[in-house]
Amino acid sequence: MEALKQELKEKIIAVLNLEDINLEDINDNDPLFGDGLGLDSIDALELIVMLDKDYGIKLVDPKEGKVIFQSIETMGNYIKENRTK
Amino acid sequence: MTAKKTYIQSFCSIQNNEIILNGETVFNTEPTVFSDFSKKAYQNFEMNYPKFFKMDSLSKLAFLGAEILLRKEIDATKENNIALLFANKSSSLDTDVKFQNSISDKENYYPSPAVFVYTLPNICLGEISIRHQLKSENSFFIFEAFNPVFMVNYANVLLNTKKAEKVLCGWVEYYNEEYKAFLYLVGTEGNTEHQKETVEKLYNK
Amino acid sequence: MIREVFITETNCITPIGFDVATNVKNIDGGISGIQLHQNSLLMKDPFYASIIDEEKLNTAFAKVTPAQNYTRLEKMMILALQPIVEKSKLILDAKTAFLLSTTKGNITALENPTEENIAKAHLHQLAKTIADFFGFATEPIVVSNACVSGVLAISVAKRLIQSGMYDNAFVVAGDEVSEFVLSGFNSFQAMSDLPCKPYSKNRNGVTLGEAAVAVLVSSNKENAKIKIIGDGSINDANHISGPSRTGEGLFRSIESALAEAEINPNQIDYISAHGTATPFNDEMEAIAFNRLGLEDVPVNSLKGYYGHTLGASGLLETVIGIQSVLESKLFASFGFDELGVSQSINIIKKSETKNSHYFLKTASGFGGCNTVVLFEKVS
Repeated sequence: MEALKQELKEKIIAVLNLEDINLEDINDNDPLFGDGLGLDSIDALELIVMLDKDYGIKLVDPKEGKVIFQSIETMGNYIKENRTK
Repeated sequence: MTAKKTYIQSFCSIQNNEIILNGETVFNTEPTVFSDFSKKAYQNFEMNYPKFFKMDSLSKLAFLGAEILLRKEIDATKENNIALLFANKSSSLDTDVKFQNSISDKENYYPSPAVFVYTLPNICLGEISIRHQLKSENSFFIFEAFNPVFMVNYANVLLNTKKAEKVLCGWVEYYNEEYKAFLYLVGTEGNTEHQKETVEKLYNK
Repeated sequence: MIREVFITETNCITPIGFDVATNVKNIDGGISGIQLHQNSLLMKDPFYASIIDEEKLNTAFAKVTPAQNYTRLEKMMILALQPIVEKSKLILDAKTAFLLSTTKGNITALENPTEENIAKAHLHQLAKTIADFFGFATEPIVVSNACVSGVLAISVAKRLIQSGMYDNAFVVAGDEVSEFVLSGFNSFQAMSDLPCKPYSKNRNGVTLGEAAVAVLVSSNKENAKIKIIGDGSINDANHISGPSRTGEGLFRSIESALAEAEINPNQIDYISAHGTATPFNDEMEAIAFNRLGLEDVPVNSLKGYYGHTLGASGLLETVIGIQSVLESKLFASFGFDELGVSQSINIIKKSETKNSHYFLKTASGFGGCNTVVLFEKVS
């Protein structure tokens, strides 16, 4: 799980072009959207693509993302339970 | 409409790893790729706007030009009715090609929303509007080459009909690492008359 | 004295007709161009879209010219323009502008990215091809401003004619359904799994469509169908893909058009709105209309008949709107059932007879753009 969370942080920084953010800046329970990392709706859609591409998880309802993408912790848990690759 | 005289108040060009403001070099780098050049320019002018790194190259180019011209111009405490009148040759084709590549391979078919949103040339106007809070007239046109007659005419229409107090005009061309931006601010006061010949001369400088 | 500007000719090529009369007849009869398509070249899963029949297009095109080597979109655009260029009998001189509105033009050329095809994907190249077919003398002006392009092109034509630069302007707008736009809207989770339902409670996104539309904008009142009396194209300055929650840009664009025309919001008789059927767009429009006190004005979205035809939509919906005014009719907002926006607006549920004097066309799009044009019936 720790490795997965580390991997997620790296991916999020790379995929979402978070130029000024380092791995240490993201805590496992920090909110990713809103005041946290300041991600927006396009980032959320991009994370949905990432789930599909890298972990074989297809989110049909974008609203599900709201819960899953709350933090690195929630994302990690969801991926661990649902990944197909 | 009453045709008032209009003036070019400032101008800026970005090409060949160099930014020139009102005829003077304000930033340059050794020859490098655009992503590197634009990042160094962003850092040099301390823009402090992380969203910059999410933009495609066309938006970065337009954003940088607007930033250089508007940073002293904008009074954030009031409304600034500065219209955006932009044009180029290649539309968003550079990003279009990137997006097309992401859907060409059916085994690896993951179209990216963050790329797709930039497959429209006017997105760069949205980026500039958001940054400078310009709730103003904006429009994007495509021509085979810079078209000073159209630009001068349309900018004057916006000013003479009072749809805008000033117009930020821009030619922002980006395709496959080749780029040129030429932006200039037009208003009803100033010293340099806003004429086709002048605009053409400044563009070719 | 500000020059008066009119629309004097209109035409459209859509899945429900290759001229305005047939389109209006079908709209009046509740016929939509949206169908379920199964075409793995366009999309893996079956999808709803409003697509022009290939064979009908080729048959119609062959009647206009034996020339070959035109792309599908070019054929659509030539077919849209041809009758009005011919009917106008105008000399295509330095005072006649040619405007082309599109978002993606010949984007399908990128599927096989040879040097020649990449050149073809350039929008000015598309404009040149169409201009050369008709022999326009002036350099084409391409308007590419996301989903407001079609209505923005009318506004630009009007402004250029008012400035004296031109006396007449032929405007053509077109976009086609491609794998490119289907996959893009799909990645945005913005596609409806059923035919789109603008302003309805159970709407869940866009249905894409294709069309080519042409109009003649002129300073000459002879043959005028409608007068253009105001416009505005103001950005939300809020987000590049989502509309402003307060409808700020749309609100201001309408204000700008009303101020120019010197009329009050309560004088507007009919609004042809954007109504893409995405949750956010329709909600935003309802808010903007309410802020202006336009909640009781009859409003429709024509997306239920045509889908979202992108750069063509604003011009297509204007052409049908003009016909509504001319025939004293208001057409039902197809696909509407139960109001699904938080503020009340007066959706046209059944086609009805009504005289309209002032007609407002609005559109909004990616990049935070909004464009509105205000029209007045010609007496």
